[in-house]
Amino acid sequence: MTALLDVAGSWFLELAETLGRGAMLVRSTAFWLFRARIEWRQTLIQMVRIGVDSFPVTAATSLFTGMVLALETGSSFRSLFNEPLFTGTIVSFAIVKELGPVMTALVVAGRAGASVAAEIGTMQVTEQIDALYTLGTDPVRYLVIPRVLAFILVLPFLVVISDFSGILGGYLVARVKYQIPPSVFWHDIIDTMRVRHFMHGYIKAYVFAVAVSLICCYKGVTARGGAEGVGKSTTQAVVLSMVAIFVLDYLATAVLVALGIT
Amino acid sequence: MIEAKGVVKRFGPRTILRGVDISVATGETLVIIGGSGCGKSTFLKCVVGLLRPEEGAVTVDGQDIARCGNEAEVADYRRRFGYLFQEGALFDSMTIWENVTFGLRYLTDIPPARYRRLAREKLAMVGLKDIEDFRPAELSGGMKKRVALARAIAAEPSYILYDEPTTGLDPIMSDVINDLILDLQKQLKVTSIVVTHDMKSAYKIASRIAMLHEGRVLGQGSSDDFKASADPRIHQFVNGLSQGPIKMKLKDYEPDAAEGA
Ligand SMILES: Nc1ncnc2c1ncn2[C@@H]1O[C@H](COP(=O)(O)OP(=O)(O)OP(=O)(O)O)[C@@H](O)[C@H]1O
Ligand SMILES: [Mg+2]
Repeated sequence: MTALLDVAGSWFLELAETLGRGAMLVRSTAFWLFRARIEWRQTLIQMVRIGVDSFPVTAATSLFTGMVLALETGSSFRSLFNEPLFTGTIVSFAIVKELGPVMTALVVAGRAGASVAAEIGTMQVTEQIDALYTLGTDPVRYLVIPRVLAFILVLPFLVVISDFSGILGGYLVARVKYQIPPSVFWHDIIDTMRVRHFMHGYIKAYVFAVAVSLICCYKGVTARGGAEGVGKSTTQAVVLSMVAIFVLDYLATAVLVALGIT
Repeated sequence: MIEAKGVVKRFGPRTILRGVDISVATGETLVIIGGSGCGKSTFLKCVVGLLRPEEGAVTVDGQDIARCGNEAEVADYRRRFGYLFQEGALFDSMTIWENVTFGLRYLTDIPPARYRRLAREKLAMVGLKDIEDFRPAELSGGMKKRVALARAIAAEPSYILYDEPTTGLDPIMSDVINDLILDLQKQLKVTSIVVTHDMKSAYKIASRIAMLHEGRVLGQGSSDDFKASADPRIHQFVNGLSQGPIKMKLKDYEPDAAEGA
């Protein structure tokens, strides 16, 4: 019993400490963001890295997601109505509002997020972070802010790409497998899709970008204890990011629905 | 002027520094010696503000980092220091010259166009040349150490903290580095703290030596005081003898530290 309490107690303390340190990171990110010049060079380097790292995987992931969606709706509707109706509408709505942003964020978390956590973690355990302090800058300013900004600038762009490639995937399957004429497929989309539908997914991208980048940077700067510690915190960064993506996806959707952006 | 008063530093249950009182006058070079793991690096990090002592305070020119209100003040405090890390801590994603000049952008007004030449000069001061475009991974241990030294002094700080500047260097290069430290002190009036195990170097560069033992300052004095010290522990340490009071004390010390847990 006391052992159980001990475990619960230490778990709680750890959680409190993590939250506290996380809050500190957010606070000093806000501080340096408004206080000092932004390291645009670093930001640009990170943007290119995230973009190049994640672009092919993102495009491929959503291409296949779009293809699967078209296949599923096509076959379901054919068995229900004898005809694959609304394939374009369903594929495009599912991709643009939900799957595009979520899949992209997941891929970016696994690809770029992991490399951010590993890189900063390695810098932490080899005292390079301390060295930044003694050389007149601050890890938040030099490492965290450029990465957060890069995520914020690149992730929505990747989401747009993934929207297009998902719809393209749906189109290919609709055309080849179900012989849906292009004009029907595109009209299904154009007639129903509105800017706010697109915005619904696009806004989520920003939420994910902030969450993933902060989590991965946090896990990096709090890494301890050599190569093993870096490995551990990198894994944690990715897992935590993924959980955060799903939880925030729900919350963001709820807020967007309440605001009428659906 | 660096003044440490009653500095206590704990890592979890282990108390590493148990009340360190040290003061370093402006323009002076204080050498800290002491057994491996006795907390010398920890003390340097407390001075520069990378670690916060649990008790006591370190003030530099009357300013206490624990009292700095916001992060900008903390940054201002830190930028007076050059710090040579024991393991170098070079940025491995950058070339050598970028490493050496990294701090200049934040600490000085020197135009970036001159960085490369400056890096060359600083590297020459530590006996290195033609390695500007290498990466840290391509250098030997002693070369990394000297690049780190070049980086620490590049912005000409008024305080320099050296963590084992001559460890891993050959005897001749060690003496070159000793001369460099002396030069910096004489010509630029740099105030410095040098942690070293190299007694020859300690005697040569020290204005004063302090020995750290069991988390406290065991004794301070000039090189000659230390050479002739009557304290058996200091005598044992500076002469590098395996037999003496310290070994026995160390055995007492381990369970003692565990008891504190
Ligand atoms: N971040 C840390 N977390 C926990 N313990 C630490 C940490 N840093 C140092 N220590 C402990 O503090 C003690 C002193 O370490 P420190 O690096 O200051 O020793 P040192 O005197 O510089 O030794 P050396 O001469 O070998 O470099 C060691 O016992 C070490 O285990
Ligand atoms: Mg040390």
